[in-house]
Amino acid sequence: MIPELGSAAAIVALALALWGAAAAAAGAGTGRPALVLSAQHAALGVFVLVTACFALLSYAFLAFDFSVRYVAINTNLGTPFYYRITGVWGALEGSIILWTWLLALYTLVVILRHRESARELYPWVLAVMLSVMAFFLLVITVAAPPFARLTPAPADGRGLNPLLEDTGMITHPVALYLGFTGVTVPFAFALAALITGRVGDAWITLTRRWTIVAWYFLSLGLLIGGWWSYHVLGWGGYWAWDPVENAAFMPWLTATAFLHSVMVQERRRMLKLWNLALVILTFGLTLFGTFLTRSGVIASVHAFTQGTIGAFFLGFLALVLLTALGLLAWRWDALGAQGELDSVVSRESAFLLNNVLLVAAAFTVFFGTVFPLLAEAVRGVKVSVGAPFFNQVNVPLFLALIFLMGVGPLIAWRRASPDNLRRNFLWPVAAGVAAAAFFWALGVRSALAVLTLTLTVFVAATIAVDFSRATRARLRTGERLLPAMGGLLRRHNRRYGGFVVHLGVLLVTLGVTGSQAWSVQTETTLRRGEHAELAGYRVRFDGLSASEESNHFKVAGAFTVSNGRVLGVLRPAKKFYPQEQSPIAGVDYRLGLREDVYLVLGDFARDGSHATVKLQVNRLVSWIWIGGVVLTLGAGLAILPERKKPA
Amino acid sequence: MTPRLLRWLIPLSAVPVLALLAYGFRVNPREAPSPLVGRPAAVFALQTFEGAPLALEAQRGKVVVLNFWASWCYPACYEEAPVLERNWRAYRDRGVVVIGVDIQDTPEAARKFVRDFSLSFPNARDTTGRVSVDYGVYGVPETFFIDRRGRIRAKHVGGVTDETFRTNVETLLAEPTG
Repeated sequence: MIPELGSAAAIVALALALWGAAAAAAGAGTGRPALVLSAQHAALGVFVLVTACFALLSYAFLAFDFSVRYVAINTNLGTPFYYRITGVWGALEGSIILWTWLLALYTLVVILRHRESARELYPWVLAVMLSVMAFFLLVITVAAPPFARLTPAPADGRGLNPLLEDTGMITHPVALYLGFTGVTVPFAFALAALITGRVGDAWITLTRRWTIVAWYFLSLGLLIGGWWSYHVLGWGGYWAWDPVENAAFMPWLTATAFLHSVMVQERRRMLKLWNLALVILTFGLTLFGTFLTRSGVIASVHAFTQGTIGAFFLGFLALVLLTALGLLAWRWDALGAQGELDSVVSRESAFLLNNVLLVAAAFTVFFGTVFPLLAEAVRGVKVSVGAPFFNQVNVPLFLALIFLMGVGPLIAWRRASPDNLRRNFLWPVAAGVAAAAFFWALGVRSALAVLTLTLTVFVAATIAVDFSRATRARLRTGERLLPAMGGLLRRHNRRYGGFVVHLGVLLVTLGVTGSQAWSVQTETTLRRGEHAELAGYRVRFDGLSASEESNHFKVAGAFTVSNGRVLGVLRPAKKFYPQEQSPIAGVDYRLGLREDVYLVLGDFARDGSHATVKLQVNRLVSWIWIGGVVLTLGAGLAILPERKKPA
Repeated sequence: MTPRLLRWLIPLSAVPVLALLAYGFRVNPREAPSPLVGRPAAVFALQTFEGAPLALEAQRGKVVVLNFWASWCYPACYEEAPVLERNWRAYRDRGVVVIGVDIQDTPEAARKFVRDFSLSFPNARDTTGRVSVDYGVYGVPETFFIDRRGRIRAKHVGGVTDETFRTNVETLLAEPTG
């Protein structure tokens, strides 16, 4: 009964979304507010129904209703409570429901916020959002029905993919999907702008904060994904350039480009066409990402599911790209620039270069990801593109981007005078040079590491220079130090929010550089009581213990870690799930600001007499996660409503 | 080309990319390349659930569809079990035999599976796991198509459909005997 209710709710929601999209478009075309109002009600109905679908599926999970195929695949009687809830979005069908629900939520907020403030664009925005919603509901009802029955119903289910039994999996998909679906809002505004011909700045001003929200959640999703990979997968890394990681990274790159290029349009009335194209591209890439993950077209460790879903997404992607880019071509004449580039040494050109680099990075990632497909289509050979390609191509691009991160915010608009350059960059350049000398003296001999750290210090110094100068200006008006700083952050929240985000990115850079350049590892077999040494740490093997967990059998090793004094006992494990052919690693680690000690259990003797262990000392990795927190603060600051300046 | 027409290159530029992605559907990731394809199939001797001996050698001269399954394998094994049974009934008189090998399973659950789907082709448990190791079975279900001369000719990963079954078996049946 419950599954039938869920299926019915999805079908009704689909009908409502289709009606709403049509009514909103007709209302916009004929100028009849009653139709738009009806579309609004339809959107509300869709939200309620999708919420019901989500709730019903969750109920089926909690009640172990194995007659539902999706439940039987993704849970079993031993699955702990929390993972029965996250199991709801543990695979394709449920994650599409989560996606649709978040999209419905965004639509609701758009209605609440913009039904008065964006009168001309609003009906079309609603039409676009409901159309996208209709597509996802179509997927739910036809291509990936979450409520499909399984007969005969098994007595117990297969269980969630054990790798997904982790707290990171509770938040990672939600954050990522909030990012993906969030991109729909600026996309809908962009299309509305193209359809109505109001391609000026209105749509950009209205969507600025939406874009930051979407961008922020994408960033968060990527970072949590990295954390999950680091502490679950047990290979000591956080990023592998896997097609699915790339799928989430590409829209992040173009969204980042968009966040920067809108400032040029606001300030200089340039890049109208470019901004619209970037939003369309970003939205297209979110669909492409889902296509990639779910079609099975490109081999990936993440691509668990296959089926007709790929064709659905490809069809929708084609529809979106051809329609949106067609509209762009149609409005070509209205998209010329009103301003022009005055000088190469200016903030405009710094932003322009930033955009070129970001889009180039997105393109290389795209190229590397689909290259295996291209090779097979053209030459009929199977190849795979690995991390070396992506690193080699992207590292220089990102170094240049970091450099621009220092230059862009401080250089003058239009044309930078020698005085402007000296005033803003003398100290940061000096700090950068000093840092290079310092790291060299410290014994850092990797040119790449020195260069990255130098650039990082340079950018941090530009931020310090700007902030201290602005603070001093306020101090001169008689304010005290802390209120002056606070007022600065609040009054110019957009600018300083951006700076804080930049600081977060610098910290992530620091973590990536440190872990790439200075991490060390060794693998060794130890008898009980023996120890291994690495980078000043001594790890002693104390024995094995076995335990029967609710849904798996676990063998854990006990390793005492010390560096002169005892730091603690780490217990890396191997987990044996009945539904998996090979055991799943359970890593254990001791995190630190300077370095992490990270242990992975390898083969072991059943009697516990000896075990193989992989021991890693990973340097500075924690700064990646700290950077993520700083980034969160910055994004939060940037989306605060702007204060009206006192007249 | 005039600038007015040139602008339509923007939407057109999406077409080759979309075409490439569409091409991806022609590539079948389930047709797993296996080093075993073309090699003689490893022989084995097991006991069926009824206690009868089941040896691969005894099937020489027939086309063998060797299927690895487990009772906990949802949904693929549940979906392919009726397919295998149906096609076994359809092809058994034409010199085709379907053999099911149950791996990493408990005997009770496995017997229940065979009963639930009324499987009539020979099914046996690989109690030691040797057969699945010999065939490099990575996950269930996996199916090997073996020709009359006892060589592995195709490997299929994931649930077998009617179409997969028929295409592979018809190809092997069409080959001259002897």
